Amino acid sequence: MSSAPASPARLSLPGLLRLVVRRDLMLAMRRRADVLTTLIFFVMVVSLFPLGVGPEPEMLRKMAAGVVWVAALLASMLSLGRMFMADYVDGTLEQMLLAPQSLSVLVLGKILAHWMLSGLPLVLMAPVLGLQFDMSVQALWVLIVSLLLGTPVLSMIGAVGAALTLGLRGGGVLVSLLVLPLCIPVLIFGTGAVEAVTSSTSVAPHLLLQGALLVLAAVFTPWVTAHALRISME
Amino acid sequence: MNWGEFFAMKGYGLYVWGSYGVTLLIFIAEILLVRHKRTLTLRQLRLLRDAENEE
Amino acid sequence: MAINWFKYSAPSTFYGLIGKLVPWFAWSSAILFTIGFYIGFFVAPTDAQQSEAYRIIFIHVPASIMSMFIYLVMAGYAALGLIFNTRLSSMMASALAPTGALFAFISLWTGALWGKPMWGTWWVWDARLTSELILLFLYLGFIALHASIDDPRRADRASALLAIIGSVNVPIIYFSVKWWNTLHQGATIKFTGTSMHAAMQQAMFIVLVACWFYAIAVALTRVRSIILERERNNQWVSELPEVRS
Repeated sequence: MSSAPASPARLSLPGLLRLVVRRDLMLAMRRRADVLTTLIFFVMVVSLFPLGVGPEPEMLRKMAAGVVWVAALLASMLSLGRMFMADYVDGTLEQMLLAPQSLSVLVLGKILAHWMLSGLPLVLMAPVLGLQFDMSVQALWVLIVSLLLGTPVLSMIGAVGAALTLGLRGGGVLVSLLVLPLCIPVLIFGTGAVEAVTSSTSVAPHLLLQGALLVLAAVFTPWVTAHALRISME
Repeated sequence: MNWGEFFAMKGYGLYVWGSYGVTLLIFIAEILLVRHKRTLTLRQLRLLRDAENEE
Repeated sequence: MAINWFKYSAPSTFYGLIGKLVPWFAWSSAILFTIGFYIGFFVAPTDAQQSEAYRIIFIHVPASIMSMFIYLVMAGYAALGLIFNTRLSSMMASALAPTGALFAFISLWTGALWGKPMWGTWWVWDARLTSELILLFLYLGFIALHASIDDPRRADRASALLAIIGSVNVPIIYFSVKWWNTLHQGATIKFTGTSMHAAMQQAMFIVLVACWFYAIAVALTRVRSIILERERNNQWVSELPEVRS
């Protein structure tokens, strides 16, 4: 890429991270439709629920957080297949494995980029959908914070699944089968935080636990994903 | 205690024997499947050997 | 002494050894099942609160314990295979998975049949039942991943990594489900009898050992087929009496 610094060998780790993220974002911007599809899917799934269960505001308020979270979970599954696929097909991934730089950091960069493209739009869209479900302003804020803490974990766990199923036939469905059960804690604490607002109990424990999951995932998943990539590519 | 009473399980017969019956079925099915897999594998190996002998 | 162990880690020796062991495990399992269920049904007294329905416990609890135990053993074998690159441990891991999944299913099935007379519904989102369901999903994920990779080496290693992640995740999942359950004040299965009769504990323990032997017998038979499949191009396989005939 023309904008890349001249001597990649002397890159610092943050510099490397920035480089990977910028590259992935730039590539994604050339195919904006992919990002939009995920977002539209998210909006559609959430909007289908009132049609399925009926428009009573009382019930909708109660299930809002769960619906938004489950839809976010499903939407983030959709884009997992793309995380390593393009790089795998054109051989970039093989170069990354051979590169002297740490593969874990490269993977972390790809995870961050994936989150910015598939997680962050959902976070920004969620308040609008929350209004459809008649959520209170306070609940909306907590929903946003919980999504901000939780969706990166989905991308991180998803990265492991995407790396394990790289290049397999039927990988798309398989990756959901592998990743969804592992995402259950994120879902529980995410919806728990919003429910704490509605039942006026303390929100902090839920968010703190989510933060703990985020830290735990951030420490381990890039390394595990790097390992999974080596297994899949050898 | 007679056998009719034993199988009735004081009205809980359906639940108790439903549990044990399905467990037994699963065990039998698994044993049969594992044996079937072994016969299949051995048959395949014999076919492989025969094919090699013909060459 | 240590050398003897390595001798058995060669697939050809191991294949012969477990061929001799399987009948022993199978018969001990059958005998123990008979003893355990005899005590469970004829010696153990009727429970004061749950009447005869509690007798489901003699298969439900051992099946639940086995499903969790097998997952840990499977992850352990998978980790051994991944770290030390030992083929046999990876084969053991994939041979254990279906049996573990079946035990998880038995645990769910008997739990539902126990729940119906006790709570009045087939399914309750009880922390333990929910965790058991998720455990079944984890097993299915392992089996599905292993089945969808053609190259056996990659299949072993990829599913090993998944099993290790799963076993790290199981406590987190269990904790979060428990947390979620207390928030929603769901039901929890408790053995309502104030103290378990000694015969009940005996029966449960004997059935647990029987299940364990059963699992060993089935998994070892399965691993024999897997060994034959993977090693089919080796000399020792074509010289086996069962292949030559």
